[in-house]
Amino acid sequence: MFNVIQQKPETFYDLFERKDGDPHVTHYCPGCGHGVAHKMIAECLEDLGIQDRTILVSPVGCSVFAYYYFDVGNVQAPHGRAPAVATGIKRSRPEAIVLSYQGDGDLAAIGGNEILHAANRGENITVFFINNAIYGMTGGQMAPTSLIGQKTTTSPFGRSLKNEGYPMRVCELLAALEAPVYLERTAIFDNKNNMRTRKAIRKAIQNQIDGLGFSLVEILSPCPTIWKMTPQESRQWVRDQMMPYFKLGIFRDKTTTQTPSAVAASETPAGLEAGSAQAASPQGASKNEPSSPPPTNSLEELKPRTDVSLDEVPAILGIRATERPGETHGQAVYGGNYNERSKFYEAASATPQGSGEEFFPRDVPEQYRDPQIKIAGFGGQGVLLLGEALAESGMLSGYRVSWLPSYGPEMRGGTAHCHVRLSQNEIGSPLVSRPTILLSLNKPSLEKFLPEAVPGALVIYNSSLIDQPPSRTDIEALPLSATEIAEKIGSPKITNMVVVGALIAKTRLLTKESVFAAIEALVKNPKLVEMNRRAVEAGMQAVMEKEEAVKV
Amino acid sequence: MPTPRGKVEIAQDQCKGCAVCVDACPPKVLKLTTVLNVQGYHPVQYLGDGCTGCGICFYACPEPGAITVYKWQDEESKKQKAA
Amino acid sequence: MTKELIKGNEAIVKGAILAGCRAYFGYPITPASEIAEAAAYYFPLVGGTFLQAESEVASINMIYGASSAGMRCMSASSGPGMSLMQEGISYLAGSELPCVIADIMRGGPGLGNIGPEQGDYNQMVKGGGHGNYHNIVLAPNSAQEMCDLTMLAFDLADQYRNPAIVLADGYIGQMMEPVEFPEEGRVGPIKNWAVHGDAATRKNVLTSIYLSHEALEQHELKLAEKYRKIQENEVRFEAYKIDDAEIILVGYGIVSRVLKSAADRAREYGIRAGVFRPITLYPFPTEALADLSLTTERFLTVELSDGQLVDDVRLAISRRHPCDFYGRRGGCVPTTEEVFNVLRHTLTHPAECNDAMALPMGMHAV
Repeated sequence: MFNVIQQKPETFYDLFERKDGDPHVTHYCPGCGHGVAHKMIAECLEDLGIQDRTILVSPVGCSVFAYYYFDVGNVQAPHGRAPAVATGIKRSRPEAIVLSYQGDGDLAAIGGNEILHAANRGENITVFFINNAIYGMTGGQMAPTSLIGQKTTTSPFGRSLKNEGYPMRVCELLAALEAPVYLERTAIFDNKNNMRTRKAIRKAIQNQIDGLGFSLVEILSPCPTIWKMTPQESRQWVRDQMMPYFKLGIFRDKTTTQTPSAVAASETPAGLEAGSAQAASPQGASKNEPSSPPPTNSLEELKPRTDVSLDEVPAILGIRATERPGETHGQAVYGGNYNERSKFYEAASATPQGSGEEFFPRDVPEQYRDPQIKIAGFGGQGVLLLGEALAESGMLSGYRVSWLPSYGPEMRGGTAHCHVRLSQNEIGSPLVSRPTILLSLNKPSLEKFLPEAVPGALVIYNSSLIDQPPSRTDIEALPLSATEIAEKIGSPKITNMVVVGALIAKTRLLTKESVFAAIEALVKNPKLVEMNRRAVEAGMQAVMEKEEAVKV
Repeated sequence: MPTPRGKVEIAQDQCKGCAVCVDACPPKVLKLTTVLNVQGYHPVQYLGDGCTGCGICFYACPEPGAITVYKWQDEESKKQKAA
Repeated sequence: MTKELIKGNEAIVKGAILAGCRAYFGYPITPASEIAEAAAYYFPLVGGTFLQAESEVASINMIYGASSAGMRCMSASSGPGMSLMQEGISYLAGSELPCVIADIMRGGPGLGNIGPEQGDYNQMVKGGGHGNYHNIVLAPNSAQEMCDLTMLAFDLADQYRNPAIVLADGYIGQMMEPVEFPEEGRVGPIKNWAVHGDAATRKNVLTSIYLSHEALEQHELKLAEKYRKIQENEVRFEAYKIDDAEIILVGYGIVSRVLKSAADRAREYGIRAGVFRPITLYPFPTEALADLSLTTERFLTVELSDGQLVDDVRLAISRRHPCDFYGRRGGCVPTTEEVFNVLRHTLTHPAECNDAMALPMGMHAV
């Protein structure tokens, strides 16, 4: 009796119902290479038993309708972007088998960057690259792989070296990269080469199943209709014209030496040493200021993980749960030492909503209330951190606060400034265009912003660097040799905190304790925390001595 | 008459008459017909004798379901495919 | 209540994670880079994916893939990067794929600068990419709203299977304010229409191609019906002191904050000014503004752009009244005093709705 040995793979739909017209046949032309490649891929998916797991990304081009035929998950991608789309899918569904099927215009022209980088990342995806040296669907325009002298509708006199350059050899190009695991160029024209193509397709898919990384099979494929040839002539053209330039062969095969990687996106990438993976992890890329060493407490416990429960998420984000009476304390809090801050949280939560008034420092002189603060100096003086300390401390004290920086290149050289508001009412504009308090750390910033200050404004200026007092007489000027005081304590870098101390001693807007709590939150290095505290106290001392002297 | 080694079935309505299989067939047992199918092509037909069940035509054919290849059980009891 | 003093950009990331987003694909650009940086840090910690793509073109297409796979996913960029994403956003809209994209607007056109501007209004609100589609566009004006509206954006995106944009200017992104974050995280819905790489979703296809004219028209009519529902149900705005207003200031983002201060200033001088702030720029609060035009005659739209928002305001109220316009550009943000002066100028002059440049630029404090 006869047994079936080859028939329509079951990974094709029985009827191609998504397609207009006859649901039994493809939309491809007689003799087209796509149909052959489709059949070999479909057969492989069936044999490997991965139909349910497979997601096929189809391109723009004749094979845009691959989803008519393959009974697998289907995503149709923008022109050239299939490798990026496949990346998004694979990173989201690491267990899925993600196939990108692309033509030469799609992959080698408009999508050149996407394929290059997907290959370079070693994405664990499989790419089938159908190279027929022409744009088929759109009617025969020149492809990046069109041959020298090849006439197309957009190279009517033949592709020329001078105008269009050489045809692009994709396998050779990608073979220059370290990451790809398997790169092979095959051809569809005779039985021997068809079988090589079939074998390469199976290997490229198996590599992904094994978690080995990026595989690409470039298939030289006949396009009889657009080449204006018979199917038979088109197969000869592949052999006689394409193959001499696009040499068949394996350009990369690390299949046997590559270590299978865990497929999860956040796992160690294939081929990286454990140590280097550690260094490349987000742990190494701390967003803290580069100058500060890693925090000594809980942050270092945080590492990329895949088994995070929903309950853990707020704590990982540093979101501190409201402490309610009767609940047990001691839940892990990440991201800083909250001991100092917690006092203020407790005090704040003990204050009934809406009666925050009594929580504010009560003895703030009238002229300093609801201040609009502008802080300015040159980059590196800690101007922005000064503002942050005021805003953080203000928030802990129950004020409404806002902090708005000047941002961008000027942070790395010229002047820097920021706007801080502390208010008992809702803050409208966070921009401080008419400061009631100006903290000026260098001469150019005083000259620049003094004209903006409202009459009666408090202007604290760094007399260590500003040799002349403010030119205006309708403001309250307070000289402070901030840099010198800071250097005496240990570093000119804490000039900013000396100014904070002077400001709170002068205005009583914030308590020393709330500023200390803010420093705890903002300064990660414990040694620097202590130095910053001393700077605040020294700044306060300087003002108090001055006021004593006035009284005497 | 010797036992046939294989046979091939052509779904003639699915054939686009490209004749790639005709060239590919080693024993040359496929040929184009002169009739027109529903698509307006001259489909291929099996001459009815001489197929070895080699399967080469199956991989030459671009249409998913146009060709089904059979092998005589005595030679190959199971469906077998090259790795 | 516990609050965290935090940059708007970082609040977006925390809000996204709390909303169940576990995939971020993006390319850095000032003034949105803090979003990528915070995402690079936090996403791996919660078991999510962060990938710095090779370009905005690639990142939006990674979003296309992740969304196809049923993930809550996001990206962020600014002007030039958003321009590059437009192709992908059009495809997302066409394939009805939900995602959230934060656009922290900078100055333009071209390379422009990194100052706060609102020049991306038209490209995000009116489309920007090819074809008939709309993004849902939410416009926060505080760090708190950067969190809250990002979370809302994920819900709306999934509810309507549509891209949702969080449109903020550089100042809203860079500003630090106290934020109260939700104390519990959520997970996104299970999406039966997506491809999960399993038997249950094997028959699904995500595509935007409809070759037959009739089929594409049907698809677009379906989209239009969706947009109609969004317009019907999702309009959000904030009205500030408008009940007795003789003039209503209209603006979004950082401008709306300045407008509130300017309105307060005006009221100190006996001018009854109010502020209307669209929170959803698409769907635009057209009806609400039209209703206001029954009781208020003077409107002044203030933008950090060359008259983009004002078009929508005029469409809403022009049946009854004109609308004046004042725009700063290039990263310049009007001060409270400046807006107050423009407001007084407006009230003492006839409405000049036909001339977007009618009011003098840079009217500074007296």
